[in-house]
Amino acid sequence: MFIAEENTIPASTGFSDSPENLAKHIVRIKHLNVHAGEHHILKNVDLEIPRNKITVLLGPSGCGKTTLLKCMNKLTDLYRELEVSGNIFIEKDDILNTTTNIASIRQKMGLLSQRPYPLPVSIYKNVSYGLKLKGVRDRKLIDFSVEKHLREVGLWEEVKNRLNAPATSLSIGQQQRLCLARGLAVKPSIILADEPTSALDPISSKIIENLFKDLKKHYTIILVTHVLRQAIRLADHAIFMIDGEIIEQGDPEELFKNPQTEGLRAYLVDGN
Amino acid sequence: MRRRQIKILEEKFFVFLSAFMTYSLIVVLAFIILVIFVKGFNALNLDMILKTPEGGYYYGGEGGVLNAIMGSLYIAFGATLIAIFIGMPAALYINVQLIRYRRTQNTIRFFLDALWGIPSIVYGAFGFTLMLFFGMNASLLAGTITVALLISPIMVRTFDEVLSTIPKGLHEATLALGFTRTETAFKVMLKQGFSGFITAILLSFGRGIGDAASVLFTAGYTDNIPVNLDEPAATLPLAIFFQLGSPIPEVRERAFASAVILTVIILIISLGARYLSKRYSRTNLK
Ligand SMILES: Nc1ncnc2c1ncn2[C@@H]1O[C@H](COP(=O)(O)OP(=O)(O)OP(=O)(O)O)[C@@H](O)[C@H]1O
Ligand SMILES: [Mg+2]
Repeated sequence: MFIAEENTIPASTGFSDSPENLAKHIVRIKHLNVHAGEHHILKNVDLEIPRNKITVLLGPSGCGKTTLLKCMNKLTDLYRELEVSGNIFIEKDDILNTTTNIASIRQKMGLLSQRPYPLPVSIYKNVSYGLKLKGVRDRKLIDFSVEKHLREVGLWEEVKNRLNAPATSLSIGQQQRLCLARGLAVKPSIILADEPTSALDPISSKIIENLFKDLKKHYTIILVTHVLRQAIRLADHAIFMIDGEIIEQGDPEELFKNPQTEGLRAYLVDGN
Repeated sequence: MRRRQIKILEEKFFVFLSAFMTYSLIVVLAFIILVIFVKGFNALNLDMILKTPEGGYYYGGEGGVLNAIMGSLYIAFGATLIAIFIGMPAALYINVQLIRYRRTQNTIRFFLDALWGIPSIVYGAFGFTLMLFFGMNASLLAGTITVALLISPIMVRTFDEVLSTIPKGLHEATLALGFTRTETAFKVMLKQGFSGFITAILLSFGRGIGDAASVLFTAGYTDNIPVNLDEPAATLPLAIFFQLGSPIPEVRERAFASAVILTVIILIISLGARYLSKRYSRTNLK
């Protein structure tokens, strides 16, 4: 069964399934295509995401960055018009062709969206819900974990005296960090961040950026951003897309200093 | 310069128009309530709400409309409860499970809107047919079921409207955390839509307690307070209707007093619901 599945992967991608490559890359996407009716949104996307690094996804608006992220945690399921085909391996599991329970796939990935969506409950419960879903019942353990993750995002000192206040009473920047803590509490290995700082003030953005630098020790981060300087500051690996296609990917220094394609060159010029 | 003046004039005119319409509505409403109060004031006394009709009540004798108050409350509460059990899961189903199927959602909404628009006398006739089919008599149960049918579409659609305004981002965020759809529905959407849910209940209850046509054939009428589901039940709208038709002025006055009682009940329920919805929407995403 397993072998048969392996055989369905076209050899032409050049990606290796060797143990060394598996250890290096946590996500491997092969021939990913997304259609919405006539509209070909993602075109034969092949890419590998290095483990415990920050991968930055760049490209003009509408090129399919959000769609690519949504494919990875299967939120594309919410949209019937989207047809997704290809392979997305998270570790060894091809999530597009698997029987693994969808909730547990999603729990491997924390999602941080453009604007924060705290759950309509208290600050404390926002973080503890995820744990409860995972079946943690021990009150002490939950308390401990809530504190740990709120500290992890630097929110603990600000909220420790108002844990029962509604999450919506926080500022947008704090809410975004709360959403990050909430995501971390379910112990993901990957963080999908879709323009996480675009609704934030410069200081909150900086806090999130610094958090990402710390978090990459334990998590793989895939970051979509339109802020070129942020990309330069954070990226360990960069991917540039236009119109659903990957145009360039690789070492960010190389990519930004010596763009090989006209598309990226134009994007960099406009971005600066 | 002239264009500017025209713009300012235009702006003033529309502000005036909207203010005028808003306040006229309030004035009309206040006027209706005032008329009912004035006309019913003489007949309004504790006996009206504490006693059932005694001999000769309908000719101006002693007694009150407690039978109708209780009957109406029983029917409206019962029907609302049934409608909640039908409406809440239905609205959640439309918005959570059917999220990928926009066309199905819209078809369902279309039919619910149509059901909402059907006059209540038609529900009354349908309830009556159903009642005969099952060999029941006009009773508390038959009335409650008929009213439940009448208000269920209102419940579903009102709640559905609220749920459909919940940002898709919240939905996605919950699923991304590993919630199943059912958990998303009951733990997040229901909470986020709680104040809307209260509004839905309120609207349904108000329609249920105030409707005369649906209970006309199905609940019957009696001077007693029903103690069993298979006994007939009086209702306030019908009490108003019967008393208003009387040739005796005192009895007609009592019709208005009954109308006051009905209005006050609805007012109390509204205030209570508002309080609840304020209290429980504190944590909601705005
Ligand atoms: N559910 C959908 N149905 C139809 N078309 C869609 C759907 N979702 C996305 N698209 C289309 O796919 C393309 C890519 O959208 P996507 O949101 O992934 O872009 P993006 O790169 O994230 O853009 P931005 O930088 O503005 O966020 C767009 O042209 C969009 O219109
Ligand atoms: Mg996007």
